[in-house]
Amino acid sequence: MLLLSLVLIPLLFAAALACLPKQRAFSVALIGTLVPVIPLLAIAQRMDWTSRADTAELARSFDWIPELGLKVSVGLDTVSFLLVALSVLLGPICVAASRTAIDRRVKTYYFWLLTLQGMMTGVFLARDVILFYVFFEFTLIPMFVLINLYGSTNRKAAATKFFLYTFTGSVIALAGLVFVAWQHASIRGSWTFDLPELARTAANMPLEQQLWVFAALMLGFSVKVPLFPVHTWLPLAHTEAPTAGSVVLAGVLLKLGTYAIFAIAIPFCPQAAITAAPFLATLAIAGIILTGLICWVQTDVKKLVAYSSVAHLGFCMLGLFSYTPAGVSGSVLYMINHGLSTGALFLLIGMVYERYHTRSMKELGGLAAKMPVWATFMVFFAMASVGLPGLNGFISEFMCLLGAFQSGNAWGGIAPGQVAGLAGELGPYFAAVAGTGMIIAAIYTLYMVKKVVWGPLVLPPGHDHHNHDHGHSEHTLGADAHHGPLPTDLSAREITILLPLAALCLGLGLYPKPALSIIQGPVDRTVDTIRQARAQLERQAPMPVPGKLTAADSPSDPAQRGSR
Amino acid sequence: MSSLLLANMSIGDKLAAMYPEVVLFAAACAAMIIGPSANPRVRALCAPITLLALIIAGALAFQTTPLTDTAVPGLALYGKVLAAAIGFLLVLVLHGVADRDYEDALRTDPARNRFDSGRSNRGEFYAFFLFSITGLMLVAGADDLIWLFLALELTSLPTYILVAISTARNRSMEAGVKYFFLGALGAATFLFGFALLYGATGSTFLADIRLVLAQQTAAGGLNPIAIAGLILSVIGIGFKIAAVPMHFYTPDVYEGASASVSAMLAFVPKAAGFFALILILAAVGWNDGRLPSPIHEVLVAMAVLTMTVGNVLALLQSSVKRILAYSSIAHSGYMLVGLIAGPAAISSSPSVFSSNGLAAVLLYLAIYGVMNLGAFAVLASLERTGPDGRPEEIDRIDDLRGLCRTRPVLGYTLVLSALAMLGFPPTAGFLAKLPLFTSAFSAGHAALLIVLAINSAIAAAYYLRLAYVAWLDSPEPTPGSPLPATESPVRVAPFAGRLLAGIASSVGIIILALPLGLLAAAESAGRAPTAGRGSTIGTKSSSTGEPAANAATTAANTPLLQTLPIAPSATPATPHSSPN
Repeated sequence: MLLLSLVLIPLLFAAALACLPKQRAFSVALIGTLVPVIPLLAIAQRMDWTSRADTAELARSFDWIPELGLKVSVGLDTVSFLLVALSVLLGPICVAASRTAIDRRVKTYYFWLLTLQGMMTGVFLARDVILFYVFFEFTLIPMFVLINLYGSTNRKAAATKFFLYTFTGSVIALAGLVFVAWQHASIRGSWTFDLPELARTAANMPLEQQLWVFAALMLGFSVKVPLFPVHTWLPLAHTEAPTAGSVVLAGVLLKLGTYAIFAIAIPFCPQAAITAAPFLATLAIAGIILTGLICWVQTDVKKLVAYSSVAHLGFCMLGLFSYTPAGVSGSVLYMINHGLSTGALFLLIGMVYERYHTRSMKELGGLAAKMPVWATFMVFFAMASVGLPGLNGFISEFMCLLGAFQSGNAWGGIAPGQVAGLAGELGPYFAAVAGTGMIIAAIYTLYMVKKVVWGPLVLPPGHDHHNHDHGHSEHTLGADAHHGPLPTDLSAREITILLPLAALCLGLGLYPKPALSIIQGPVDRTVDTIRQARAQLERQAPMPVPGKLTAADSPSDPAQRGSR
Repeated sequence: MSSLLLANMSIGDKLAAMYPEVVLFAAACAAMIIGPSANPRVRALCAPITLLALIIAGALAFQTTPLTDTAVPGLALYGKVLAAAIGFLLVLVLHGVADRDYEDALRTDPARNRFDSGRSNRGEFYAFFLFSITGLMLVAGADDLIWLFLALELTSLPTYILVAISTARNRSMEAGVKYFFLGALGAATFLFGFALLYGATGSTFLADIRLVLAQQTAAGGLNPIAIAGLILSVIGIGFKIAAVPMHFYTPDVYEGASASVSAMLAFVPKAAGFFALILILAAVGWNDGRLPSPIHEVLVAMAVLTMTVGNVLALLQSSVKRILAYSSIAHSGYMLVGLIAGPAAISSSPSVFSSNGLAAVLLYLAIYGVMNLGAFAVLASLERTGPDGRPEEIDRIDDLRGLCRTRPVLGYTLVLSALAMLGFPPTAGFLAKLPLFTSAFSAGHAALLIVLAINSAIAAAYYLRLAYVAWLDSPEPTPGSPLPATESPVRVAPFAGRLLAGIASSVGIIILALPLGLLAAAESAGRAPTAGRGSTIGTKSSSTGEPAANAATTAANTPLLQTLPIAPSATPATPHSSPN
């Protein structure tokens, strides 16, 4: 019940909120997002942090629809714990950040924010694929409402695109999951949707079947990540969403995709995951480079950060598909770090938007002069996002690249003094090309910081900088009742929102070891799964599998490596 | 000797199996008598009598013993209870449709209008509704082709009239005529199919047909005449379920009829069609999850086209009734997938709910009935004063703008129905779709399933639009497109029954997702023997057409018929008992 309480508490508070007057909505929502911290701490205390076992911690299971073999079963491992912790952390931050930004239909807003909170947590806890699917899909509804009711001008198109993209993908993913369940049923004689059991069945399917299932699952999950060709909903949704919506979207919702790939797609179809790794890594790199270039030419700050999310998650995917301990750890860590730093960037942009009602870099400049505290945070989180050593982005990005570099020996015999490569499908070429993405990231982020934070002071028309808090001009959208109470620079509430994120960014950047060591178990399990699958593949096919660069490579076998 | 009695059941025995139908028939006669009464209180009793009759019929369905020699013995009970349950909700939605304008005129101006029983349609309306439900129940319990044909027509014929008298406008009349002629075409098609089937098998008894077809399969393939008969039957019945290529009447008829009657059209003939298809296809049998070759291909083509045409055309509509009409076509396509998958193949996968396509179809039918009814109930509850001063139903999607804010109960009912029809978890619509997925995989139809999945995604676009308009759009018209000045504002129709039906269906959409025994009921109803299992039976071919030989064949094999449905895994190594 401890785990289910994480899902149920926000939902209960949402129900309570619906019955209370709207003056209470904010405080109820804030409490509703803060209370789950208690079960989270209790879980943290009971978890076995060093567990390497295949079984989920604190697992509970109840029958849901026995005729179909559906169960409400929950459990978590250290990776899902971290992601749950991230969503629990971002919950109150999102609520607090909406205090002044949302001034109409307040109850509806917090109701759906709380519902979203519960559903997101549920995704990370579900240990039954249909339950997982239910939570995964249900996150669409709150987000659809939030974008539609509280978004900016183009919100209807954005929300619809978001919904249809993700829904289409996940229906196909559902087909893949049901196929695995059927395979299980025809072997074992009973229908179940239990995640670990299906994983065992699926991992033993022949390569061809695995490829189909993997394709279906990836089609569903990569839309959510989003991976390169199916990312187009994301910038639109981010740009149109209200600030808290963007924070949740970047912070947690995108991680549903990466988490699903990590926890379902790869363990289900390891052989297919190996075969498809170079292809998927190429897509990830294409995303890194192309969206990086798109970021460069953006003038809308929020859109820039949105596109940079695609690039960042490209690194995350690259690390994951390297299947090396470093790469996978880096990838998992990246999920957390991206949630922190990009979430914070969206918050900062939202704060400026509340004051000046623009996000255009043409209309904003030199804000350091007016808002020094804001500028400090902006530079800090921009640096975290771009991967400045010492901040959190660096370590995970570096590990992802390192993983890709070590994963296989694409240099072949050309470079004798190379780093000992591990078995894998990528290789230094992948890392080298992706590395240029880091440079592009530095360019566009610094460019944006230079323009918005430093440089000559530019404010949108109607905000003359001696007295910016007079009634603003007609060109801004909607009446703004909250313009008055907002100080020129950040208020204490806003600083309180940003401080924990900044502290975590710094902490994870300076000393990531605790985080890395607790995720060791699940990471090793993934790497092991892949290693076994690789061995199976080699047994089945003496010829190197297409796309597999280092068929028989392993670090303990230098002779063989030399002969290639 | 009891087996012989079964084959030659007396009329009395058969009547005993259909007490529910008898009750409905009696109620229909009562409605006809009191409907034309000059006393408004007396004629207002029509609806309560109808409701009462449906409750009694539903309860009686549990008491009666269905005929055991049908191929799908559980279908009768399930179908009758389902017909009574959805029929009950339909009566609520139909509240106030009969004689709407006439009764209004009588009430507002009693001096000039005197009640003329010749102009009143009330009695016929309820009686025909009950006849249609009776027909649906009879289809579910049919064991004979002629019975099946008559029952199907009893389901449909009253609906033609209901469409025509559903509003006092010419549009309804036109829709009724169109529906009638195309319906006659459909009926002629499957009647021809039935005739060919009789010619190929020498019997009209479904049980006999099943045996003969099994022998033909064992002897090297179905008789071409039987194949032609089956295909024509399937296509003809396709009219009832609104499947491509017999779907084209649907949007026009739904648009012309009142929303309440459209709600009925979307369920009653469709359910009858699926029951009939299940019975006929069970006579052919799914051999290891696959129907015999040409029939399988025809059904797959029908399913793919029905899903795709329905969903793609629904995307292009701006009339809500047309959207729902096309969506009902698409839902038929989904259910055809379950029908193609058939009951669980005995050898390859476990015989549980998840593998049983027929159970999936029956479950889907029930949940579809509920969620579809919700959407139509909302439509039926909204009206405005038309240009001629009479109340007019709303139909454009723009009329639903901001419904959740102006009329929350109706609005959220529509949103829930739309999300359920979209198959969104955790509504009942998702629960209905999941077994279609599992059964299609069990039968090895992965490609069909992918088509289903893609179609669900296409459907998301228009259901989302429906939900969006009612839920999140602002009630005020957008500045760019002001409403024509002549249109009066939308108001709620003064019939509480429709609202009640809407509420009932939203409750249904939520609670049917819980384990309530509906799945178990659908499972036991969908259990059917697989075909080709009777192939070892070496009786003389009954295609000679001799009635005596037929009876003998049936008698000899009745034990087989009785054991198979109960224990589908029992391979019929039945010793050949001599026919007396």
